[in-house]
Amino acid sequence: MIKANLETLPRSIQFVLALGAVALAAFPFVGTDFYTQMVTRMMILGIFAMSLDLLQGVTGLVSLGHAAYFGLAGYALAFLTPAGEAVSLWWTLPLAVLASGLAALIIGFFVVRTHGIYFIMVTMAFAQMVFFLFFDNKALGGSDGIYINFKPEATLFDLENKRVFYYFTLACLLGVYAFLRHLLWSPFGRALSGIRVNEHRMRAMGFGTFGYKLTAFTLAGALAGLAGYLWGAQTGYVNPELMGFHMSAHAIMMVILGGMGNFAGAIVGAFAFEYVLHAFKDLPAIGAFNTGKHWQLWMGLFIVAVVILAPRGLLGLTGRFLNRKEAGDA
Amino acid sequence: MDLANFLIQILNSVQYGLLLFMLAAGLTLIFGIMGVVNLAHGSFYMLGAYLAYSLSGLFGSLTLAILGGAVLSVLFGLALEWLLFRHFYKRDHLDQVLLTFGLIYIFEEVRSMLWGDDVHGVTIPDFLGASIALTDTLSYPVYRLFMSGVCVVLAIGLYLLISKTRLGMKIRAGAFNRDMTESLGINIKLIHAIVFALGVALATVAGMIAAPISSVYPNMGSQVLIMCFVVVVIGGIGSVRGALISALLVGLVDTFGKVLLPQVSGMLVYMLMAAVLLWKPEGLFKQ
Repeated sequence: MIKANLETLPRSIQFVLALGAVALAAFPFVGTDFYTQMVTRMMILGIFAMSLDLLQGVTGLVSLGHAAYFGLAGYALAFLTPAGEAVSLWWTLPLAVLASGLAALIIGFFVVRTHGIYFIMVTMAFAQMVFFLFFDNKALGGSDGIYINFKPEATLFDLENKRVFYYFTLACLLGVYAFLRHLLWSPFGRALSGIRVNEHRMRAMGFGTFGYKLTAFTLAGALAGLAGYLWGAQTGYVNPELMGFHMSAHAIMMVILGGMGNFAGAIVGAFAFEYVLHAFKDLPAIGAFNTGKHWQLWMGLFIVAVVILAPRGLLGLTGRFLNRKEAGDA
Repeated sequence: MDLANFLIQILNSVQYGLLLFMLAAGLTLIFGIMGVVNLAHGSFYMLGAYLAYSLSGLFGSLTLAILGGAVLSVLFGLALEWLLFRHFYKRDHLDQVLLTFGLIYIFEEVRSMLWGDDVHGVTIPDFLGASIALTDTLSYPVYRLFMSGVCVVLAIGLYLLISKTRLGMKIRAGAFNRDMTESLGINIKLIHAIVFALGVALATVAGMIAAPISSVYPNMGSQVLIMCFVVVVIGGIGSVRGALISALLVGLVDTFGKVLLPQVSGMLVYMLMAAVLLWKPEGLFKQ
């Protein structure tokens, strides 16, 4: 069974998150271009992690193939962008999101009928199918992937400008967060939570759980598509690795790392994960031993340590710490 | 496709299917009995291939290397179970997924530190190096027949172990009702350790016998892991018989797909899985 989660965030954590949002809004004025781009990437992964959290933390469905929908929208942008000019944001973004949503709907139709271990394996297998479709076909870019030479054109603002792109991503992040928080407390969101806690009981009460789960899966896929579109636009490059098994597992890790089921944790987790990954890759050489080159070892040990020591994530840890302090103060 | 060619493809698909079975059997046993999702199962296959490379160089004989490697893999499996997996049997699948994903990174990097990132070859022993001529131009290598033979022997051994021996009875009892089995005085922890080590050994041996024809290269575990997942999903979790039948089916579809429909061959196996899921969401031989 999936553990209890922090659906309602304690005041203290809400305050910290609000501070974080202010810091994000101010960041491009202090940070260099390099870090502005890095934080943009973290925010994109935050959207991706939130979309997975809808399945993993809210509905209790552990998808090990969520990267497929992330990557598909990136590819959609790549196919829609002509070689010599930019393409409009206003129709390619909805179309790319729709493509990911549609793929999630079709695959979801098969996977949502399975449970537990099966669900994990089947989502992973279907994601691999999508991976190989792109990996094996030269017409779809093959193993090398596709370059996106121009960022989408928005007419109202210029996405080629790094700061503008940053704020556009921030707006998407906050928009998705507000939407998902609202959804969490809607009757639909309550039904999804009910499915996580006890699906049999939900069915006995007359809820068509298949439809609810399929809708959640489709929605999660579409939102992952939004993140994937932004990723493709920012990096100017898509390759099959974006849909790979490692990307999917990283997303699960982000959600776990932050604390699942409340969406804020997913964002925190995405930032923390990306930062840790960056830090491991940047480790200095100690004598002849190049520690940064062995980042996979540190990442592996880090993941194992998190699973053993902090299965409720960073928000769970801080929440416990702050609550204890509040109780002490009173 | 003429008869000789057809025969070769049949033999290839059976050989591939049997190899997949060796991996999937361990995976499905570990799922079925301990309830653990093990993403690192593919790493044991890779470990086997690298062991075959190193030990055959050391001993000068692949046969000795396989025997030595099998012993090492059992010890490795027991240690891993005792250190880590034992503590995760009752945790939820999410934690197991992350733990074993972390292990993939660790194994992959340790492999890179020990053996580097080059592709290596393992030579086929002389007495298995021949080919059987089917027509003037087509022949079939004896080593592939040997591989299938080893797999068949191990599959029969596994069947006898589980259905005919006292240990097998305890394993089945433990899978059926853990608490009841324990209260009858059976050391379930030991049973779990044995099953885990057995699964690791099967995957490692599969990697070792596959090494001469697949060669030895980084990340070779991940592709095979996903195929194993497909096999286990089609066969039904926990069912060794299901794993055998579905592995042979996957071997057939994959091999003939590559010959007859090369454009979509990568996807055929997954379509097969989708079809099975529509028909039987819990696999063909759900326990």
